[in-house]
Amino acid sequence: MTTTERDPGLQPERTRLAWRRTTLSCTVVALLAVRQALYGGAGPAAIVAASLSALAWLGFLRVAHLRMLGVGTARPQPLSPRGALTAAACTVALAVCAAAMLF
Amino acid sequence: MNEFVQSLRLWFAPQRIRDEGDTPDYRFSLANERTFLAWIRTALALIGGGFAVDQFLPELAWGIRAGLALALLAAGVLCALRAVNHWVRCERAMRRGEDLPVSRFPTLLGLAVGVVAVAMVVVVLFGWEGR
Repeated sequence: MTTTERDPGLQPERTRLAWRRTTLSCTVVALLAVRQALYGGAGPAAIVAASLSALAWLGFLRVAHLRMLGVGTARPQPLSPRGALTAAACTVALAVCAAAMLF
Repeated sequence: MNEFVQSLRLWFAPQRIRDEGDTPDYRFSLANERTFLAWIRTALALIGGGFAVDQFLPELAWGIRAGLALALLAAGVLCALRAVNHWVRCERAMRRGEDLPVSRFPTLLGLAVGVVAVAMVVVVLFGWEGR
């Protein structure tokens, strides 16, 4: 925090930690996705599925990183709808990967 | 339904949310953001559960396994989409000074998770050997 007046509720810190927790959850799911993709050997389809899962994870990581920087200012702006939408889209992409790998 | 279409439009035209009302205290926006993240984590947990059912229960018959996994994955997707929708609606309500939206989604999600759990118990008790 670069501010001189301290927010007694530590809201920005709590928000940053919430992003961190969420990133960790996303990492676990992405690892499960890659494990699932490579379980039956590394064929072309498996490589594509693993790369797509990794891409969804990187997308989430980027949103989280930008937001954690954004929260570190004195009066943080609200989360942009684009950021929210990207985070949700990455989550949905992981689920779609999972459903595709079922068959 | 009309309200849903309205908030759907807000998803894709983010600048429009700033046209409405006054900017609330940033702490309220951050609290709303944390609620959104908690829902995203719930969605991720459900999706992780879907992966886990498929990967760690190889003794189950394929149909049961795929059904359980798909139910969990679908719940996760719904949860993620609903997280964005609820976040947008809360943000707009705060800007307009209205009451926060109420929702029956938590009840529905609770019921769905309960049904999956009961199905799992039934499978363990009766159908474990079926391949």
